[in-house]
Amino acid sequence: MTTSDAEILVNQSSPGPDASGAAALSVRGLWKIFGPRADRIIGTPDADLSRADLKEKTGCVVGVKDVSFDVSPGEVFVVMGLSGSGKSTLVRCLTRLIEPTAGEVELGGMDVTSANAAGLRDLRRNQVSMVFQHFGLLPHRQVIDNIAYGLEIRGVGKKERRAKAAEVVDLVGLTGYGSSYPDQLSGGMQQRVGLARALAGDPSMMLFDEPFSALDPLIRRDMQNEVIRLQAELKKTMVFITHDLQEALKLGDRILIMRDGEIVQIGTPDEVVGAPADDYVRDFTSDVPRSHVLTLKWVMRDPRPGDSSEGPVMTSDTIVRAAAQAALASDHPVRVIDDGKLVGIVDDDAILRVVVAEESA
Amino acid sequence: MSLGRIPRWAWALVVVGLWVVVWALTKGTDTLALPGREHTDLHNELTGWRNDLIAGRDDNALMQFTGQIADAALKSVDWLQRMLSRPNYPRPVPEIGWLGLLGIIMWISHAVAGWKYAVLNGAIMFIAAVMGLWADTVDTLIVTLLAVICAVIIGMPIAVLIGTSDWANRIIGIVLDLMQTMPTFVYLIPVVLFFGTGAPAAIVATLIYALPPLIRVAGFGIRQVSPTAIEATDSMGQRAWQRLFKVQLPMARRTIIVGLNQTTLAALAMAVIASYVNGPGLGRPVVDALEIADVGRGLVPGAMLVLLAIMLDRTTTAASERSELLARSGGGNRRHRWGSLAVGLVAVGVMIQMSRVYSWAATYPSTGWSSDLADGINKVASWVFSTFGDLTGAFKDLVTYGLLNPMQSVLAESPWFVSGAAILLLALVVGGFRTTATTATVTAWTVLCLTGIWYLDLWHDAMISLNMVLVATLLTMILAVIFGVWMARRPRVDLMIRPLLDMGQTIPPFVYLVPVFYLFDQTRFTAIFAAIVYAAPVAIKLVADGVRGVPETTLEAGRSAGSTAWQEITKVQLPMASRSLVLAANQGLLYVLSMVVIGGMVGAGALGYDVVLGFSRFEEWGKGLAGGLSIVLLGIMLDRIFRAAAVTGSSTPVRRRTRRPARAEEESNDRVEPLAVTG
Repeated sequence: MTTSDAEILVNQSSPGPDASGAAALSVRGLWKIFGPRADRIIGTPDADLSRADLKEKTGCVVGVKDVSFDVSPGEVFVVMGLSGSGKSTLVRCLTRLIEPTAGEVELGGMDVTSANAAGLRDLRRNQVSMVFQHFGLLPHRQVIDNIAYGLEIRGVGKKERRAKAAEVVDLVGLTGYGSSYPDQLSGGMQQRVGLARALAGDPSMMLFDEPFSALDPLIRRDMQNEVIRLQAELKKTMVFITHDLQEALKLGDRILIMRDGEIVQIGTPDEVVGAPADDYVRDFTSDVPRSHVLTLKWVMRDPRPGDSSEGPVMTSDTIVRAAAQAALASDHPVRVIDDGKLVGIVDDDAILRVVVAEESA
Repeated sequence: MSLGRIPRWAWALVVVGLWVVVWALTKGTDTLALPGREHTDLHNELTGWRNDLIAGRDDNALMQFTGQIADAALKSVDWLQRMLSRPNYPRPVPEIGWLGLLGIIMWISHAVAGWKYAVLNGAIMFIAAVMGLWADTVDTLIVTLLAVICAVIIGMPIAVLIGTSDWANRIIGIVLDLMQTMPTFVYLIPVVLFFGTGAPAAIVATLIYALPPLIRVAGFGIRQVSPTAIEATDSMGQRAWQRLFKVQLPMARRTIIVGLNQTTLAALAMAVIASYVNGPGLGRPVVDALEIADVGRGLVPGAMLVLLAIMLDRTTTAASERSELLARSGGGNRRHRWGSLAVGLVAVGVMIQMSRVYSWAATYPSTGWSSDLADGINKVASWVFSTFGDLTGAFKDLVTYGLLNPMQSVLAESPWFVSGAAILLLALVVGGFRTTATTATVTAWTVLCLTGIWYLDLWHDAMISLNMVLVATLLTMILAVIFGVWMARRPRVDLMIRPLLDMGQTIPPFVYLVPVFYLFDQTRFTAIFAAIVYAAPVAIKLVADGVRGVPETTLEAGRSAGSTAWQEITKVQLPMASRSLVLAANQGLLYVLSMVVIGGMVGAGALGYDVVLGFSRFEEWGKGLAGGLSIVLLGIMLDRIFRAAAVTGSSTPVRRRTRRPARAEEESNDRVEPLAVTG
């Protein structure tokens, strides 16, 4: 991991749902069941059956099962799970590309689930945009017209929308490719077009559905950094779907882990790694280099009267790895101080335990 | 369910064996034969119904409606003819002479397909002029063009419907299946009733025939549009019409033009056949020549038809390839293009003006070359006939006495209930016992169709036609397997044969009836031979593609085990391509069916003859309709049986005929009489 990545991890705060007043996105009791008469299942004992049992009994498949969460403005909220866990269905329910079976979605103060066609159209045009795994570009249009498509269907004049699109072309690093056609671009470049198209309408929220899964690892990393850069620059609220834990940890302010349509855990990256909700999450996170994710909060002990007061001072949200060098160089244990108050002590062996454990793993 | 260890062909032999035994004991009884001009009560009732319909047409809203359509079609054709092909009294010549139209056609070709096609099409139309076929050629183009325009107006909305709605796709799919199983010929009967004869009937029949390919292919293209692209653009809040016009139609553009190409070729083929109901165009000289067995005078307009087919096929294909290119050319290119088109437009204007002023540009030169060429062809033909006549005769006799006659006597000379039962059993052997559903389907369709044929009182004729269909399909499949395997195993052979097959599929089938008729005279064999020529290209291609689809690794595994070429073909390639073989048989069957029926007029008799008589003789209409319906029932029955045979564990529907123009048809000794509708 590069230093800049580490810094991003260090700097991440964890704005929970109640951190700053109104949520940008609020999901309550959301269900999606595929199959005939799916709406009659909710509220009956059948709803508690496992996915396989329900399929056996009713022929219906649960995509999303009673999911609730909030996303704060400016937050990057990652939904993670293996394929088939319902994460792509979940993100499509947010703008009703898939019609939810039950539950409520409130987006920027608007009740999405009860919106009529015009309201929904307005929401999609002005507030939310989406980036797709397989790009979904229009092959018969030049890059610039792909990017301007959202503006075009809003009725923006040709000159104006092309000018706006040209700005976005530069923003995502596509300068010089405006008049190319999508099939003349590499996968990574195509996804930049997808990104630009989503940005062109200047939405307040962006949804990403596994946007980088189809890309090569190196290009994927570039694109992840691109998203981080854009987020720092533009402060959009983002809901990001992925099956890649590394990606989730790298991008997410908070991570929602799904399995079989249900929420398994919601938490900050260090919470997910440091305190996995169950064996499923533990198994998932077992390969993660813990020193890259865990903060001092997870390794410190309570201060004791005889502790040295000469060790380096750090805050509790410092990543273990970033703290390691300074901590090991000093003969004294690290003092963890938040808001001028001593909250804990980190001994060398506490750090070594995290670092060495992962060396031997 | 399964048939157990005994293979299907053994069961088939058992059934056939039993059938032959029963036939030997009962032959000649209860055959339900109905000689030439005899009718049953049902036929008379149908004729009576038609008479009532015509008598009451002033009060019948439907008849008045179709009458108005016929009127409009007649007026349009008449107007176009006076503009382009026939004298516009008091002018001794059309408004726009041949030179003017030549310019217009070249300009359009240049605009849609590029200058190469302008040259090609100009040359073809020039040939039409110097060969003295100008008026008929232009008439054919008029009918084709009007039918294609109507097909687009009617077909595109339907294509959009099936492209965007699963529900509509299923319903309309069934209707299209039925339309495409139906031999062309059959809908001439109701068309003549509702639209009279002449140009209106020609346009309507052409339209009906040409519509399904466009709907199917364009609908398919719209359905094929990437769902991600649709979802992505939906997520931006587009309206339904924006989705259709900005995403679905542009992304399906190429496929839609392919559909247009097939529709155009189908229209051309049918426009020719429509000369049977007095439609204008190149079909007429061909029909006239067939009546007097004059090969030369039939082949010259026939060759012109082939040239027209090439012109329309190449131009629309090039247009589909160019549409992409054009969409991508930048501003500079575009300006150049518009410039050259504008210059061309001026030139066309000059040509039109010249063709209105100078007589040499108004009427095509009369060269007499057409007649010379026809005489030359006749000389060659009679030489071929005297040299190879014995050979072709021997071949004809071999098939006739070796295959055709024995099979026909078993099929048609058994009591009807014996034949019916045997057909049902064979249908089950071929198509049944794969899944419960297919067994039920095969049983239901076979019983339904056989009952219908029995009810229509043409059982004996139906059996004779069925026999010809089976023999022709069998021979087609033999050809298909031989050439298909050869092509699949030898890329160079494929390279040589495939263009021939492509061309064979572009030629209106009408055309090759002329030489076949000359070679084999008025017999059942003529119809069978023409049917094979018509059906073979599709079947060969399907088999070749199927055999080539066998994975190379499987072949290598066989070779490494030391299999010979023969073993490789019979034990690996053909079994693994069995689905393609069944598909080829099914497609071949439908093609053969339409052609064999048409062959009713070149001596094959049976149902085809009943149908032709039906629309040419006033009092035979009821029997003709019954014959037409019997053909449809035969087609549906055979189609369903073979579809069921194509079902393996996981069922996939048989791909429908897509690329293929119409069937040809033949002359009857009765003149086509205009029915009272027009009068």
